[in-house]
Amino acid sequence: MNHYQERVCLQGHIIDSLVLAKVLDLILMMGGTFDLEDVHIGKTREEASHACIRIRTASRALLDDILKAIQPHGASIEREADCRTDPAPADGVLPDDFYATTHLPTQIRLNGRWLDVDRIEMDLAIEVTEAGSVAQAVPMGEVRRGDQIVVGREGVRVIPLQRPRERDVFGFMESQVSAERPHGHIIADIATRMRQMRERHRERRSDSHVLLAGGPAIIHAGGREALTWLIEQAFIHILFCGNALAAHDMEADLFGTSLGYGLTAGRAVPHGHEHHLRTINRIRAIGGIEAAVTSGMIKQGIMAACIRQGVPVIMSGTIRDDGPLPGVITDSVLAQRAMRALIPGVGLALLVASTLHSVATGNLLPATVPTVCVDVNPSVPTKLADRGSFQAVGLVMDAASFLSELARVLGRST
Amino acid sequence: MSRLLVCPPDFFGIEYEINPWMRLTNRVDHGRAMRQWHELMRVLEKDVGVVLERMTPIPGLPDLVFTANAGIVVGRTAIVSRFRHPERQPEEAHFEDWFRGQGYDVVTVEKELYFEGAGDLLGFSEYWFGGYRQRSDIHVFPVLSERFHREIIPLELVDSRFYHLDTCLCPLSGGELLYFPAAFDRYGQAAIAERTPDKLRLAVPEDEALQFACNAVCVGKHVVLPTGCPATQAWLRMRGYEIHQVQLDEFMKSGGSAKCLTLALD
Repeated sequence: MNHYQERVCLQGHIIDSLVLAKVLDLILMMGGTFDLEDVHIGKTREEASHACIRIRTASRALLDDILKAIQPHGASIEREADCRTDPAPADGVLPDDFYATTHLPTQIRLNGRWLDVDRIEMDLAIEVTEAGSVAQAVPMGEVRRGDQIVVGREGVRVIPLQRPRERDVFGFMESQVSAERPHGHIIADIATRMRQMRERHRERRSDSHVLLAGGPAIIHAGGREALTWLIEQAFIHILFCGNALAAHDMEADLFGTSLGYGLTAGRAVPHGHEHHLRTINRIRAIGGIEAAVTSGMIKQGIMAACIRQGVPVIMSGTIRDDGPLPGVITDSVLAQRAMRALIPGVGLALLVASTLHSVATGNLLPATVPTVCVDVNPSVPTKLADRGSFQAVGLVMDAASFLSELARVLGRST
Repeated sequence: MSRLLVCPPDFFGIEYEINPWMRLTNRVDHGRAMRQWHELMRVLEKDVGVVLERMTPIPGLPDLVFTANAGIVVGRTAIVSRFRHPERQPEEAHFEDWFRGQGYDVVTVEKELYFEGAGDLLGFSEYWFGGYRQRSDIHVFPVLSERFHREIIPLELVDSRFYHLDTCLCPLSGGELLYFPAAFDRYGQAAIAERTPDKLRLAVPEDEALQFACNAVCVGKHVVLPTGCPATQAWLRMRGYEIHQVQLDEFMKSGGSAKCLTLALD
């Protein structure tokens, strides 16, 4: 990523003299990239032109070298100001003019130096620690009275995403939602990424976690075995879900049904609608999902695989939950906090068959994380994009078909 | 009638080294330098017919003789130079005094900007070329361009032997141009070629460029240039110019020739 940048301006008769061309050539030849911003070409021979150029490089040293090389040709560094901060007036209250973040990589200027904002996420504020050496995105509710919060827009810059090196479906970095497009190549690209992630994860490298956020339709539609296999094969490293996915997964293990439907018989079982309640009740009785798995009560399935593989599961509650299962976080602010804590390190996100969890997870993800949203309803990936997660690739298909095909491409025999 | 500012070489010599031509060991023959300068003045006054304005030379300022670097004059306005090298900076006040004494509106550029006058800014009536990198700062040209409503095309000087634009480029009154291409990078060469058609442009051969063929004074159809530049002379004759060659090798010891020794006042 070209994280280092500086904006310079050139003015004068820079077009016919080829001074602008020379400066741009120098930037490229030295290994930088640029965006031309605010170009004004003089309308007459006498009228001067001006151009502002944003230079990006992969290292501070290269940026300095480029600036040194182009300054004799008239490129002046635009005078930039430090960001301003104001103290939070009360716990949970931001200064009125707080800077609201995007989920793109962001930097703030402090004491003349650009500083990366850690844990960037959309719709947050930026807190600067007292020493002025760390900047971090902070949710409104987490702010404490007196925290220094960035206000206004001066001294804040957002870095557009660079095209990834891989020429795959994520290379476009834009939401594409279509039910009428072949899915095969998209799934193949996801599988390739997941293989790479598994290798990276085994080598304990950064940004190697694959996150899956899923809804209970995965179980109802018959995607349980495929997802279980993906977890057992260490392709998935974090699971976000609700009460229902966990309950129906374990219902399937205990009763062979999902919401009362026989998963193999394919029809409603007498009194089957009670099965998920009885499942929740048994798990509550034994003390929790982990106890249920380690005791042998729950033998197979998604939850069992997560416990055995050590995959952290964040279950967020909703207002319509039965039970809920032990471990479901019913305070949504606490649930959001628990999910947020697992986002650093995520290198790929699969949002499958859940509007609620997909949008909630999408809101927490930096734009730099390749994201796939799978749903039979095209409005779900569309909604995700509308709420700002433009990097998500939308796949309109049934959750079970998606997971089964993904597992097949990754080597599961069917 | 054209007027030129000149300064007698009473105190001319090599007292420091600020360009590749200058060597402290290469002493100036003072009598010979005086004779060469007076011959140049004679040619300019008698053969070319210009009016000469003579500045008073100052002891300790050996390069005051190179009046091309006093500044530039446009109408009744004079922009006074700001020299890059401290050795020449004391000249600034004397040039400024002279302009003020003659009633010019004197303009100075920002202190941080180097600008070495007509040594680095020359051209045609519609547009000028500005030499930068060796002495003048490119940032000065937009300021001057705005003040005089004139297009100024900056050209990077890439060879330290041709440290001022007037050592490697000479616009002529008929729209022609003498220049030494290798003194410019490919962008500068392309910018020059784009502005001046092939037939109006002479790429001076290197041996003549090193004789400072481009450091010529053009007044009407007269061109005064140093000796030893036969190809340049032949081309100029073909273009209908009357040639006056003057021996100026004593001044070449300092890296200057005919053009450097004069400043066009109007």
